Amino acid sequence: MLAKRIIPCLDIKNNEVVKGINFEDLKSAGDPVELAKKYDDELADELMFLDITASSEKRKTILKLVEKISENIFIPFSVGGGVSEIEDIHNLLNSGADKVSINTSAVINPEIIDEAAKKFGSSTIVIAIDAKKVGDEYLVFTHGGKKNSGINAIRWAKEVYNRGAGEILLTSMDKDGTKSGYEINLTSMVVQSVKIPVIASGGARDAKDIEEVFVKADAGAALAASIFHYENSGIIPIKKYLKSKGINVRL
Amino acid sequence: MEKKVAVIDYGMGNLKNVKNAFNFLGYSAKITGDFEDIKDATYLVLPGVGGFKDAMATLKRKGLVNPIKDAITTGKKFLGICLGMQLLFETSEEFGYSEGLGIFKGKVVKFDENAVNLIPHIGWNDIEILKPLKEFKGIEDRSFFYFLHSYYCVPEEDITVAVCDYYGKFTACVKKDNIFACQFHPEKSHKEGLTLLKNFIES
Repeated sequence: MLAKRIIPCLDIKNNEVVKGINFEDLKSAGDPVELAKKYDDELADELMFLDITASSEKRKTILKLVEKISENIFIPFSVGGGVSEIEDIHNLLNSGADKVSINTSAVINPEIIDEAAKKFGSSTIVIAIDAKKVGDEYLVFTHGGKKNSGINAIRWAKEVYNRGAGEILLTSMDKDGTKSGYEINLTSMVVQSVKIPVIASGGARDAKDIEEVFVKADAGAALAASIFHYENSGIIPIKKYLKSKGINVRL
Repeated sequence: MEKKVAVIDYGMGNLKNVKNAFNFLGYSAKITGDFEDIKDATYLVLPGVGGFKDAMATLKRKGLVNPIKDAITTGKKFLGICLGMQLLFETSEEFGYSEGLGIFKGKVVKFDENAVNLIPHIGWNDIEILKPLKEFKGIEDRSFFYFLHSYYCVPEEDITVAVCDYYGKFTACVKKDNIFACQFHPEKSHKEGLTLLKNFIES
């Protein structure tokens, strides 16, 4: 049986992991390769790197990092952040990334999904959707959540699926950073609208939240950042809990 | 004898990760489409992600079909990964009908869209080991491996050594003489995957 996946997310800025990292046992707490190795040891099923570097040097530095990660980590990993052209995808995959995640540029130019899926295979293309509830519908936001596209999130999920996306990374902006659990309603609606795996993101506080998004929304994977940084909510204890609840995980 | 791994380059999928895994294990590995390298190597690996038809067309265009077949018949140790496993069979039903290398009797078929909820089969799935081969040394039955595919192999000879259950059982690994092939990606399957690659070289 296919296992439900646990995916730690690492925000990268100037080749360093940012966002509340405080591991004492790491040589350099901010070293993405060290942290990735630690997660790999702890049975992370996959890793997500989000490059938030905002300089013109960005492309070169991230490619070098991707290369280094792929030489040391033997589980799948995705890279996203500012991917806007076919060439960016090609370069990231060529440097060793298994998947590339696209957000804003897919909304601006949806044809990039078709082209990328055709060229590199659907399984390498993850479409990241940042959704927020406005009135009684979920809308897609772009540019790191700053801009309301006015597009209905469920409709957009269906569209990216039809255009050939291999997976959807669905982040609830209402839940992100709140530690109040995943947005079950939104996740469930997207899962039921497409026939590709949905990675739920935003709001995880503990193993129970992850259990909920797997059981109630049937997400294929749960992504989180900060919760894995603490000893009592490490990946292995979370997976043990999920297994005890009858959820199929890789342990 | 020096252990030399040649990862056959025919422009399909992420070959670098396969090379990286062998390098990480301490073996010298080269991504190459050169006939001499293929002849010279002690181990051949045919990886690949993507379309069967395109892959066969590329192998033909690059003149790699005969060098690969020759290497296999001379008894060189050979590892097929994912699409590289599928290509060893006679035919694939992708786009109607495509011919493969025909090393193994059997065909490659797509998951049934009416029965299978999510295609491709992406993620970690456990395997059931049917034969205790040296390649599986140190790997427990029901270990998880990383899969990424929409098609699977249906051998018409008794070569299946492990199966995977995804809306029904399909062949996950085959072994015959000097050839071992797996549908999953050992280079992306954490410790178990690395163990399998090491066993392939050392067994």
